[in-house]
Amino acid sequence: MASSPTRAPAATAREAVLSLRGITKSFGAVAALTGVDLDVSAGEVVAVVGDNGAGKSTLVKILSGVHAPDGGTITFESRQVSIASPAAAHQLGIATVFQDLALCENLNVIENLFLGQELRALRLDDVAMEVRSWELLRQLSAKIPTVRIPVASLSGGQRQTVAIARSLLGDPKVIVLDEPTAALGVAQTTEVLNLVERLREQGHGVIMISHNMADVKAVADRVAVLRLGRNNGFFDAATVSAEDLIAAITGAHDNVVARRATRTAPSTSSSTGKAAQP
Amino acid sequence: MTDVHTPPAAPPTGTPASDLQDERLRRPSGPGGFLSLLLDRVRGGDLGLLPVVAGLFVIAVVLQVLNPIFLSSTNLVNLLIECVPVGVIALGIVCVLLVGEIDLSVGSVSGLASSAVAILFVNRGLPVLVAIVAAVAVGGIVGWVYAQMFNRFGVPSFVITLAGLLAFLGLQLKVLGAAGSVNLPFDSALVRFAQLAFLPAWLTYVLVAAAACALFASGYAHARKRRSAGLSSRSVSLLLARSAALLAGLGFAAWYLNRARGVGWMFVLFVALVLMLHYALSRTKWGKSVYAVGGNAEAARRAGINVRLVYTSVFMLCSSLAAIGGVLAAARLAAANQSSGAGDVNLNAIAAAVIGGTSLFGGRGTAFAALLGILVIQSISSGLTLLNLDSSYRFIVTGVVLLLAVTLDSVARRSRKSSGRA
Ligand SMILES: Nc1ncnc2c1ncn2[C@@H]1O[C@H](COP(=O)(O)OP(=O)(O)O)[C@@H](O)[C@H]1O
Ligand SMILES: [Mg+2]
Repeated sequence: MASSPTRAPAATAREAVLSLRGITKSFGAVAALTGVDLDVSAGEVVAVVGDNGAGKSTLVKILSGVHAPDGGTITFESRQVSIASPAAAHQLGIATVFQDLALCENLNVIENLFLGQELRALRLDDVAMEVRSWELLRQLSAKIPTVRIPVASLSGGQRQTVAIARSLLGDPKVIVLDEPTAALGVAQTTEVLNLVERLREQGHGVIMISHNMADVKAVADRVAVLRLGRNNGFFDAATVSAEDLIAAITGAHDNVVARRATRTAPSTSSSTGKAAQP
Repeated sequence: MTDVHTPPAAPPTGTPASDLQDERLRRPSGPGGFLSLLLDRVRGGDLGLLPVVAGLFVIAVVLQVLNPIFLSSTNLVNLLIECVPVGVIALGIVCVLLVGEIDLSVGSVSGLASSAVAILFVNRGLPVLVAIVAAVAVGGIVGWVYAQMFNRFGVPSFVITLAGLLAFLGLQLKVLGAAGSVNLPFDSALVRFAQLAFLPAWLTYVLVAAAACALFASGYAHARKRRSAGLSSRSVSLLLARSAALLAGLGFAAWYLNRARGVGWMFVLFVALVLMLHYALSRTKWGKSVYAVGGNAEAARRAGINVRLVYTSVFMLCSSLAAIGGVLAAARLAAANQSSGAGDVNLNAIAAAVIGGTSLFGGRGTAFAALLGILVIQSISSGLTLLNLDSSYRFIVTGVVLLLAVTLDSVARRSRKSSGRA
């Protein structure tokens, strides 16, 4: 069923925890984002999809305080805020899992989980940190044998789990995941999608960046499409068809992938470009 | 001494501690299992302090065979004290290497501090303590300037500090003036501290006993805390064995050194600095951020760590320790002159840190690297001097040992990569 894109960035029923209006960001001559709107409310998974270079990662970095936006407003829990640094994002309650995970491979799991937020600065409370680490990992049903090994010796899925567990420390309101499944195999992808499901159940607002249609249809409530740095429609994930999403992503209603998607599986199995992300 | 980890007593028997529940986890049992875990780690490239301890042992045996005076009490007493100035400088090098940077100017900065303390104390007549504080402050300022250049303009640290090497050597020559050297009076507290101050024998034994007790007490408290939190913990017998080993080892060393003049206060100062830095690196938030910046600076930044502040603290710490090393060198020599901090001081300090197992690639190493590394270098130096070989041989042997250490570091890094511990 082809559903028409809505104008409104928010689902009407609940009030948004985090809303962006007219976010703009340029890198020199490249306008990475132009007038982007986005809303997420508690217990909701919003997928942000778009082609390579659409500006998804730039949006993530603005939310996490890595880049400052050139224009636009960010409203968090009905207050207008500015996110000046990663620490400021964390204090607000916005946690981010970056595409490259941003883990320190020479540190062990506990040290990575508590990096920058260690308990007792002058005499580290390693027992409390280890206990809390196990709690977090079990809460996510993570399959990590021991927390005292360097992150370098974990598999891709395990690292993703550590990165997600880290974002849960300090009980954030909003969790931003940048391409959480891009580098993973089938089983590990399922694992991570289950994690996202669990985050929603626990009442977190989740923004999940993806360019995999199957993942989006599997966990998202709403889908926001970015194209060349601009909003290109908001969709209800339950009703939107893959071909409409692809059309919005590529900007063309009539192309080979869209036609093929219509012919074969209308709901789940298609995805756009497979090229590795930078 | 059987189990490395015992499950807590409280939960029903058969349930492993909450950190040992994964079925894939191999549980070492008995010394054999412990040994096989250790072998695994070494094969995976996680070498720690093992190579330098082994190297020190080999060097000691070889030199003792070549000249039986080498391991005599008298020689070891001197060797330990000679270690201190460059060892203190090497402590600072460990810190900059941990964040993946380098300071090539520690020799010059130590020479400048030597000259500063001598001139302020002797020529200007300031109280010795004021002169020392001023000299160390000069070091701190130097480090602060380096950090500004590094943070603001992104100049690579080896270039900044190479410039510093030249500039501060020049400044040292300038402040020393035409005479080129200043002698410190032999009866000054500073010189007496470095040359004549030894611990009374009873105090060495008291300190050794205190160290063993402290090790046991902290280990026991930690184990109890872990047990009550439902985590695995070291058994009391293992803790006792560890403390007993420390007591026996240090006790024997103290007794052996006390047959000659004993343990110098200057060496005690060095060990105290090593322990303090070890604590700061392993048990504080600052220490974790140092390792994080060395491992992945961008990740550290995104985790909310003030990365620039970490670089600033580390450069300042390194230059300050270099200055302390310079003050101690001047005290030891009872003079500061144009060759203070020159020659092989720079390279020996860096070599000590690397030989001790600090990785040149950042993020790996401990404060003990400086202590063990400088012991290796000073042993070579002392042993070859006893054999009446001049400094040409010393340079060659130290160079070869350094190359071995760096090769080991690189090979270990590669096997960490291939076994997924990079
Ligand atoms: N740090 C940067 N400097 C310059 N250009 C950048 C930077 N980050 C992203 N860009 C540009 O912004 C655009 C959007 O990039 P990005 O947000 O990474 O896209 P996506 O994650 O959707 O693939 C691209 O054209 C990219 O080249
Ligand atoms: Mg991206």
